[in-house]
Amino acid sequence: MSIDIKIRKGLNLRLKGAAPNTLKTAPASTNCAINPTDFHGVFPKLVCKEGTSIQAGQPLFFSKYQDSIQFVSPVSGTVKEIKRGAKRKVLEIVVAADKKQQSVKHKLPALHKITPEQVKELLLASGNWPFIKQRPYDIVADPNATPKAIFVSALATAPLSAQFDVILEGQQDAFQTGIDMLSKLSPNLHLSVGAKESSQIAETKNCTIHRVKGPHPAGNVGVQIHHIDPINAGETVWVVGAEDVANIGRFFQTGVFDASRTLAVVGHPLSTPCYYKSKVGASLAPILKDVGAENLADLRVINGDVLTGTTTSSAGYVGYYNNTVSVLPEGDRYRMFGWLPFAGPKIHSISNTSLSWLFPKRQYTPDTNLNGEERALVVTGEMERVFPMDIYPMQLLKACMANDIEKMEQLGIYEVAPEDFALIDYANSSKIEAQAIIRDALDLMYKEVG
Amino acid sequence: MMIRKQIDRLKKPFAKGSKFERFAPAVNAFDTFLFVPNHTTKKGAHIRDAVDLKRTMVTVIIALIPALIYGIYNTGYQYYIQTGEAFTFLDAFLHGSFKILPMIAVSYGVGLAIEFAFAVYRGHEVNEGYLVTGLLIPMIMPVDIPLWMVGLSVAFAVFIAKEAFGGTGMNILNPALTARAFAFFAYPTYMSGNKVWVSEASNVDGISGETILGSLASGVSVDYSMFEMFNGAIPGSIAETSTLWVLVGAAILIFTGVGSWRIMLGGVIGAAIMGYLFNLWGANTLMQFDWYSHLIVGGFAFGIVFMATDPVSAAQTVRGKWIYGILVGILCILIRVFNPAYPEGVMLAILLMNVFAPTIDHYVVQSNVNRRLKRKQHSTTVQTA
Repeated sequence: MSIDIKIRKGLNLRLKGAAPNTLKTAPASTNCAINPTDFHGVFPKLVCKEGTSIQAGQPLFFSKYQDSIQFVSPVSGTVKEIKRGAKRKVLEIVVAADKKQQSVKHKLPALHKITPEQVKELLLASGNWPFIKQRPYDIVADPNATPKAIFVSALATAPLSAQFDVILEGQQDAFQTGIDMLSKLSPNLHLSVGAKESSQIAETKNCTIHRVKGPHPAGNVGVQIHHIDPINAGETVWVVGAEDVANIGRFFQTGVFDASRTLAVVGHPLSTPCYYKSKVGASLAPILKDVGAENLADLRVINGDVLTGTTTSSAGYVGYYNNTVSVLPEGDRYRMFGWLPFAGPKIHSISNTSLSWLFPKRQYTPDTNLNGEERALVVTGEMERVFPMDIYPMQLLKACMANDIEKMEQLGIYEVAPEDFALIDYANSSKIEAQAIIRDALDLMYKEVG
Repeated sequence: MMIRKQIDRLKKPFAKGSKFERFAPAVNAFDTFLFVPNHTTKKGAHIRDAVDLKRTMVTVIIALIPALIYGIYNTGYQYYIQTGEAFTFLDAFLHGSFKILPMIAVSYGVGLAIEFAFAVYRGHEVNEGYLVTGLLIPMIMPVDIPLWMVGLSVAFAVFIAKEAFGGTGMNILNPALTARAFAFFAYPTYMSGNKVWVSEASNVDGISGETILGSLASGVSVDYSMFEMFNGAIPGSIAETSTLWVLVGAAILIFTGVGSWRIMLGGVIGAAIMGYLFNLWGANTLMQFDWYSHLIVGGFAFGIVFMATDPVSAAQTVRGKWIYGILVGILCILIRVFNPAYPEGVMLAILLMNVFAPTIDHYVVQSNVNRRLKRKQHSTTVQTA
């Protein structure tokens, strides 16, 4: 069954530096790291020490407040370093990989007879659980909750982001198994694909297929949820990344934890942007070297797309949830009289106070300059242009800034995640940090309402 | 980048931890006028749109310039045709400049001084909003108003209408209109009557310049042609008279998306309907005044294009903007017709609607909230059923 969703508001940013649809195997990395800050709100309780030897699939830490959720090592080897930050917060657990990889193998029951309880237990025990996130709050799912639905988006619309027909190429079988297993956890399983998607993903069974059309953020699972089955106060839905569905599927086929990550390494400073077959937590340095980013001095490496990713460096590691690694030049420069209307047509703007509307086909080469300074909220209507939900974004942001819980709830805080406000970050002329405001507000809601 | 190096050297004493750190906002305001700063994104989206508040505000100033230039010319033109002297375009323009440029200087001087002081006091950067307000205030004053009154009105507007509410983005009332309303009620003899609208009218005996709405209110019909009213060769506040050049500004605002076309169109619709209804009634000269003429005389065009669209004091939701615009139009004509003490209704209409804009938005947003509540009730009944 296929249902169409049409998104009208939004923005497709055309940037230079997209990866051609060729898939390479990433150069082997000697180190691998799990970064607990990838799991927002999880307080890590370590079960390993520096020097512990560990198998792939063996837990590194678990969540202090939900100890059934384990976070496992993607490779076998020795725990080389536990990097800590302020207040001894764990930042990175680095594992030096062995030459010969050994994995924990779980015993699986027959898949056609598997019960929902068994699926849940296996996902938790094997370290697959963190692949499942929940809305509201955009955090790792609570295993005790009963979701009203599970959503998977196999559509990526963010600028330069990895495309799922490349990522899932050849993984259809594992993907179907993953969907079958997840559908045990909730009968309402929704899979969104692009409107033109002709790949086999659109023929996945055991789920409702939605064909989604329109500009970014049409691919955001939050936007899709809003149009398919919006979250009301007190309800929970789960979301799983499309490649993670395949990872879960492979686990149920083999019994071995699999943290494959197909990465699009993109950005206009790169000479040969490319897709790589890699692993969650793999070291970025060899990949970046392979892609032609030699001198990283004035470049920013981002785990994720240019709108929602987190800054890392060439010494960083592949993030847990992202399929894209973006590289941008730092915008640490002055522009004389750059604020004049129509100045600098090479910098994209959705506002007609720039000339970029004259060049709809141009591919832009942005840097990280803020193009202005933070100001009070003055201009109205510009946020709504890039926010395709039946929610008043500016009013919601103001409620969030005022920590007005009741108002946030009324205005729809449960339906949004920070990534849904990424284009507002991009487009608003007051240069306010909408994603950060929403993240703080969700944390506050989680603390106060739970 | 010689200049850049010089500026960085000059800014050293204002850097974080240095002696004059707290004055940094004032210095930055000048610096960022020369250069878009080298700030990079720290959190959130890593790339940003080229637009910022400075560019937005400067666009409004560009949109104001046609009306301002015509206003300067018209000031001289009105003066010379009343005295009967022969004059050239340049004479008229120079006469107007001589009158108006000092008013602009006073407005910017007083207003920006207060803005800078508040920025330093509050420790935030100087917002660009006053660049527009500071130009608007002289443009909507009668030409012969003493400079100290301009200064005092500016101070009142910035202190009471803006900073008292928390500064840019927080004000309820449009600051420029507040300045005019202050002058209007504090110094009525300088702001209304038949001796204030033409330059030097009170000093030269021969001059009597009554505005069209003023004449109509006192029951005298006007003998200006439609073209004169549209072109703006009529007495009035400095830059409000020319509907033609205001429309050029409106086109700039609408094309760049800086001004809300919904509010403008809503205002025109509201005023046209109200004017037409009064035409049908037709009890006095003001009611008989053609509805389309209402749109091009007085400050209506200027007010609806440049004042009602102030995004901070107007309604902020799409539906709210329509309601707000239409009500401004209706109220403007209502005040014009029913209250002869205030022949120009647009100022009071906009100020009144400024006060009600949050209420309009409240009900628009509330309907969204109710929709969400209803959806929740629906889903719980489905679940329990």
